[in-house]
Amino acid sequence: MIEIQNIRYAIGDSLILDQVDAVIPKGEVTAIIGPNGAGKSTLLSLASRLIKPDAGAIRVDGHDVHHASTAEMAKLLSVLRQENHIASRLRVRDLVSFGRFPHNRGQTRPEDSEKIDEALDMMEMRPFENRYLDELSGGQRQRALVAMILSQDTDYILLDEPLNNLDLVHARNLMVILEKLKNVGKTPILVIHDINYAAKYATHILALKNGTTFANGPTLEIFQSETLSNLFDSHISIQTLDGQLIALHH
Amino acid sequence: MTKLLVGVLFALLFIASLFTGVANINPGSLFSQPDALWILLVSRLPRTLAVIITGSSLAISGMILQMLARNRFVEPATAGTGQGAAVGIIAVTILAPQASLMVKMIAAVVAALGSTLIFLLLIRRLPVDRPLLIPLVALVYGGFVSAIAIFFAYQLDLLQYLEVWMHGMSGEFSGIMMGRYELLWIAAVLSLLAYFVADQFTIIGLGKEMTLNLGLGYRQIVAFGMMIVSVVTAVSVVTVGMIPFVGLVVPNIASRIMGDNLRASLPWVAVLGSMLVLASDLLARTIRYPYEVPVSIIFGVFGACVFLWLLFARPVHAR
Repeated sequence: MIEIQNIRYAIGDSLILDQVDAVIPKGEVTAIIGPNGAGKSTLLSLASRLIKPDAGAIRVDGHDVHHASTAEMAKLLSVLRQENHIASRLRVRDLVSFGRFPHNRGQTRPEDSEKIDEALDMMEMRPFENRYLDELSGGQRQRALVAMILSQDTDYILLDEPLNNLDLVHARNLMVILEKLKNVGKTPILVIHDINYAAKYATHILALKNGTTFANGPTLEIFQSETLSNLFDSHISIQTLDGQLIALHH
Repeated sequence: MTKLLVGVLFALLFIASLFTGVANINPGSLFSQPDALWILLVSRLPRTLAVIITGSSLAISGMILQMLARNRFVEPATAGTGQGAAVGIIAVTILAPQASLMVKMIAAVVAALGSTLIFLLLIRRLPVDRPLLIPLVALVYGGFVSAIAIFFAYQLDLLQYLEVWMHGMSGEFSGIMMGRYELLWIAAVLSLLAYFVADQFTIIGLGKEMTLNLGLGYRQIVAFGMMIVSVVTAVSVVTVGMIPFVGLVVPNIASRIMGDNLRASLPWVAVLGSMLVLASDLLARTIRYPYEVPVSIIFGVFGACVFLWLLFARPVHAR
């Protein structure tokens, strides 16, 4: 369980996040949604220890992320951020094996190799494992980064717009993988813009607007025409098609 | 196979370096000629070791700085570290002219550290996806720091003195003999230490976000890397002068051939660095025999050519 308690974060005079409160349950796929500038990425930056809140705390299974040891947090919580400009020439397999670093401090054991293989297979990056990152397309690179996060094998996995650069098929595959991870007890949390992906794969929704919590609850509860229309200040109609929630927003 | 080939080549360069010089000694005369062994031990061996240590440690510190700056085109000799060391040396010369070499070195290290820190703070605001901005800023900043050294040197009539340490024109090994190069062992030890935390430098090259995600202390690694870069640079400036391009060209060649996983590549960076500087030093000793030209000139010509090649032959991205 991740408890976000009364988070406040300001840059200079502008308040980015204020009174953000939410509980993200363990063992569910949580989508963080909201309009541009709602503070979604800032919330992830806070969770990833990149910045510190001015007030409040984020606790993962009771550990305050800003006070617990960062080496221990890395075994519990992994974060893939949106901007990942990597100038280093690394092979895909080397990159993915760095995901094991919090567990093995660089000494690859047999069980690490298994995790690495597993992550590469899940992201369909096995055929490219010996390629350098700068020899990959944007989508392949994104998949390599996700594979690295998967090999980190943490209970909580935070992904900031992981579908960026991914084509239709790979986007769906990633969502299916997150669903599978949920089924083995992991807790994937992702910032996502396509609310239809959220509707289909997320079981829990945290909606942010203007730097504060707008709604937080099970997907079925949040996905109401009125709630989403208010969230985005734009008409959104929620329909059910073949037993599946669909948001019509255009 | 490659290892064997490189090993043989390294041994050949090493032996050639031992037996190249004005005093004619060769392996056969070592025990018959009375002073041959003495020349070998007092002059040739220290010089050869100095070249190897300087070449390898400058190359490694170049690699580390490139990881810290997340940019392929920076090196300590242009990004203000070497120039900072010169400012430190000038400051000590003005404030405490009688200071020992050790004190000079400490001043050089401190000033180099400060100068490197300012450089890293400066480039933090530059976008990482515009890789050529950083070396431009580095050149301007390096020029600025060296202008400080030159200004004070000029005011106090120490310009020639400064030339001895700095400015590429004087990076050379002809003055090296036993008792005049031992400080370099500090650089050797630090380079070895760098190898033991190679993974952490690779990770820091992935960016601050990734470093934190993997549970590493970002500041500690940056501080340790800066320490290595500054001490290695300062020590080599104090003992042999500045040799530009080693820290730039060698990591780039290594990166092209075998990528940036430092645990795998650092030993090769070290070997390549020492071999290239050894070869340059041999050329510097023989090109105008019996006189010597500074090794930095030879390496500068070579380095400039490789740098141009790096700029124009950037890898094609697969789509």
